[in-house]
Amino acid sequence: MERIIFYILALTMIVFAMAAVRSRKMLRSVIFLLFVLAGIAGIFFLIDYNFLAAVQLTVYAGGIIVLIIFSVLLVHHIELELEVAKPLKQVITGIACLLGIGVVLNTIYTHDFKVVENDLTTSTADIGSKLLSVEAGGFILPFEVISVVLLAAMIGAIIIAKGKKLEKGSSETEDRSQINTGSNEI
Amino acid sequence: MIEGITIYEILTVTTILFFIGVYGFLTRKNLISMLISVELILNASVVNFVVINKYLYPDMLQGVFFSIFIIAVAAAETALAVSIIINLYRQISSVEVKDTEVMKH
Repeated sequence: MERIIFYILALTMIVFAMAAVRSRKMLRSVIFLLFVLAGIAGIFFLIDYNFLAAVQLTVYAGGIIVLIIFSVLLVHHIELELEVAKPLKQVITGIACLLGIGVVLNTIYTHDFKVVENDLTTSTADIGSKLLSVEAGGFILPFEVISVVLLAAMIGAIIIAKGKKLEKGSSETEDRSQINTGSNEI
Repeated sequence: MIEGITIYEILTVTTILFFIGVYGFLTRKNLISMLISVELILNASVVNFVVINKYLYPDMLQGVFFSIFIIAVAAAETALAVSIIINLYRQISSVEVKDTEVMKH
């Protein structure tokens, strides 16, 4: 049963990932990415990391997808067809990626993984107490650092996206004239 | 562990996802599409961390912590990237890579 579910998930993830990088409509490729992320959450559920699956669903499928959809709607016409690379470049990139897949899979299949048969389930309490422990092997310092990183990213994003107010092209023409005069002097 | 599924099969799936992301990153010419490809690559690596933790070292949790950190960094990265893209669009009215010549006006 779990085997079948895993194969279905794997197949849908690969198909939707291909669709996400091939689709010429921007919004559609974002939605295809959403399916891939949900499939990865499904794999987390299958290997019994429920907390991670919940994080994946809320942060990725909930937050990041909404952010990307917002940016698509702000900068694009929905019906706009994307420019694609030249066919030759696509073929070359495809061959290079297939070669890469071959090399990596070859390495994986020749390596002997020492798999430990187990049936442990990890509760959220385990993850929390291990993550926040101050003893050896605890992750309290990276946890604090990541909170600072998130704060810095938030402030930075607000400041960058706020930008300057548009002044009906006056600043742009000024820049142009400055550039022109500069080149004349040279 | 997933019953009846070996670690090799899961690593195969994540490898394919990773290289699909690389393919998209190299062929797309649009900043947002490249961001989507980067998300695919990051997700493949997250699954790898979790699976190797579960199959090889089931009594430890390091892989889970690393994937949580990767998810947090990816969220920060996406927020910053989206704000940069919007700012860029405001200044040059385009998000194509070929039009992006300067970072600061």
